[in-house]
Amino acid sequence: MESTEPEPSDSRPEEEEEEEEEEEEEEEEEDGALLPPEQPLAAVEDCLAKKMEITVSEAEKRTGRNAMNIQETYTAYLIETRAVESQIEGQCAPVESLWRRYSEFELLRNYLSVTYPHIVVPPLPEKRLSADNMDPDFVERRRIGLENFLLRVASHPVLCQDKIFYAFLMQEGGWKEMVNETGFQLKADSRLKALNATFRVKNPDKRFTELKHYSDELQSVISHLLRVRARVADRLYGVYKVHGNYGRVFSEWSAIEKEMGDGLQSAGHHMDVYAASIDDILEEEEHYADQLKEYLFYAEALRAVCRKHELMQYDLEMAAQDLTSKKQQCEELATGTVRTFSLKGMTSKLFGQETPEQREAKIKVLEEQIREGEEQLKSKNLEGRDFVKSAWADIERFKEQKNHDLKEALISYAVMQISMCKKGIQVWTNAKECFSKM
Amino acid sequence: AASAPKPLPSSGPKSLREMPHPLATSSSEEMGPALTPSPDLLLPRSIADKDLSLPNGTPVDTSSPASSSSLLNRLQLDDDLDVETRDLFVTVDDPKKHVCTMETYITYRVTTKTTRAEFDLPEYSVRRRYQDFDWLKNKLEESQPTHLIPPLPEKFVVKGVVDRFSEEFVETRRKALDKFLKRITDHPVLSFNEHFNVFLTAKDLNAYKKQGMALLSKMGESVKYVTGGYKLRSRPLEFAAIGDYLDTFSLKLGTIDRIAQRIIKEQLEYLVELREYGPVYSTWGGLEVELSEPLEGVSACIGNCCTALEELSEDMTEDFLPVLREYILYAESMKNVLKKRDQVQAEYEAKLEAVALKREDRPKVPTDVEKCQDRVECFNADLKADMERWQNNKRQDFRQLLMGMADKNIQYYEKVCVT
Repeated sequence: MESTEPEPSDSRPEEEEEEEEEEEEEEEEEDGALLPPEQPLAAVEDCLAKKMEITVSEAEKRTGRNAMNIQETYTAYLIETRAVESQIEGQCAPVESLWRRYSEFELLRNYLSVTYPHIVVPPLPEKRLSADNMDPDFVERRRIGLENFLLRVASHPVLCQDKIFYAFLMQEGGWKEMVNETGFQLKADSRLKALNATFRVKNPDKRFTELKHYSDELQSVISHLLRVRARVADRLYGVYKVHGNYGRVFSEWSAIEKEMGDGLQSAGHHMDVYAASIDDILEEEEHYADQLKEYLFYAEALRAVCRKHELMQYDLEMAAQDLTSKKQQCEELATGTVRTFSLKGMTSKLFGQETPEQREAKIKVLEEQIREGEEQLKSKNLEGRDFVKSAWADIERFKEQKNHDLKEALISYAVMQISMCKKGIQVWTNAKECFSKM
Repeated sequence: AASAPKPLPSSGPKSLREMPHPLATSSSEEMGPALTPSPDLLLPRSIADKDLSLPNGTPVDTSSPASSSSLLNRLQLDDDLDVETRDLFVTVDDPKKHVCTMETYITYRVTTKTTRAEFDLPEYSVRRRYQDFDWLKNKLEESQPTHLIPPLPEKFVVKGVVDRFSEEFVETRRKALDKFLKRITDHPVLSFNEHFNVFLTAKDLNAYKKQGMALLSKMGESVKYVTGGYKLRSRPLEFAAIGDYLDTFSLKLGTIDRIAQRIIKEQLEYLVELREYGPVYSTWGGLEVELSEPLEGVSACIGNCCTALEELSEDMTEDFLPVLREYILYAESMKNVLKKRDQVQAEYEAKLEAVALKREDRPKVPTDVEKCQDRVECFNADLKADMERWQNNKRQDFRQLLMGMADKNIQYYEKVCVT
């Protein structure tokens, strides 16, 4: 029985951190997203999702004291896990469970985003800012969304192997500390928060630019779609409900009729049924809307990957530029010629030339810097290529997943509509029968 | 001989049947004191009877008080008539716009096919405008006050922006006018009305109209009811029940009308949103590669739904609502007839009382009183007869109507399903 013991390679991010901390003195703004060295992608069968049943089964209101010792109410969600394989042996494996609140999910996701910048990380259900986080419908939808999130991560070939993720599912106490110990917050590039800040990249990778553009468009179109759908649903609700009035009137009318009475009465009953049917129909549609919403947020995750690439590229170009200018300086100092205007050149002209010893020292420093710079550039280039390769692999995976999921969503939507129409036909056929008996 | 005032007839046909057939009696000694006024009943009936003639052409024996009841029997049989035995067919179609210096108006072609003896030719085709229909209606109301005249579509469109010459309006009106004439055609009494005949046949209706105006005062054709002064003590139960029914009926229809309008409005608003919904899928389809086909598919489907919904709303507006309104009008005119009936009865009762007080005037007043009574009887009879046919017809109409509505909805859903 294969176990999902975290591989030794998972500890490497921690090793790399140490390296980074050294480097950080020199390059403060380094996007510290050094990739975890390439792990073999888990085959689909090995994904955590296949080995373990994961559910977010309950939600509970809790009160507690937060970090600032202020009392607050929040909702906690129960995560239940059970190993699958042992079921084959005829035994039911024990269910393990623990409680997590939304903020912990957020922490997990942030960790994953920073640690795996080349991966399109599954999104969380939305963080509703408005009034009632306690509203039972909202809580229910969120519960489903959180479960979906966990299942997505567990089915991802790379993410499912993450130690922190595993601990999230299995280890209630001390998880937060564990996450913070990874120091991922230090790696997080604050520049990424400025979503729309432009970094002039001289040689942008066309594919990423297109992809970023696509994700923007996708976000825009899906949110538009969701808005209109909501309006459509409202109107449809109105249409159905007004038909309910027929029920009442027919009933009243039937009271004064003789032969027509029975027919009218039963027809009225059907009108009531019709009016009531809309509630179920709309609830089903909400499920469709949620599926679309997931991809709305996924689009954001996609965009984030593009953004990270953009920043990498930018850093690369900056580093290259820096190297070039240092080389130039070195040359100038060595040959004594001033090829381009430089402040140093001017001041030395004004205040006199430096001593040869000074110059030598400077040259030495520069040469050292140049050597370092060249090495860094090399590693950055490598990093960049790795990133592009891995990112693109995951993007392809994501595209397939998206196409598959959305196709299914559309199909189920169509099925929903057909069923709604069939119900409509049923009701009106019944009503027609009543009328024909009048 | 002095006689106690005759008890008021509680309902026309019943008391008529109770009276002995005059042809059966020859000697007055067999009649009880209560029946003294009966010889006077042999006098020619009120004008209302004038137009009575059986469909086969033989005039009703108007001297017989039982004639009304036999006529009633006759009327009941009429309900079972098949189409094949009908001998008069009228249609309204082919609306045309006429532009003159003074005005612009629409005329409709009225086609008649008949085998009746009252008509000189087997076929007629004339052009009539709304005014002419209105004239006919008034004439019928005047000359057959005891009958229920079918309603005409409203003269003016109150709802503001509707174009009098728009296709939908003209078509709706044409259908209503066609129904109006068909209802008259089906009526065993009204269809033999002289004015109706002229309406169907005359080349120049206006000339006849003018002529009619002049003759009006001479012939005293219109039975003018004195409105003031006669208060009905109590409406007979039967008619009170009808009155109540009509009140509730028009109320309910009014409510249904409002609901239907509201539904149409909501449907149109839904349509607006739906129209925006479809293209968004298209836009999305443009973004995608693999998903583009299904997305376009959804977009197209939504487009079809829009079309189907539009059709549904149109049909409801054109077919369902007008019929509702028509029946509301019908109910109104029926209530008016009931009121008139009350008037007649009131007049009769008042005169009867007067007779009871003044014995000397008996020879003259009883005639008057009898006339009143006659009117009441006939009124009641005709009314009841008409009510029954009306109920039947109404039932049919509504059945068709609501089934039609159901059908339309079904069609709508089926269309949506198919896409």
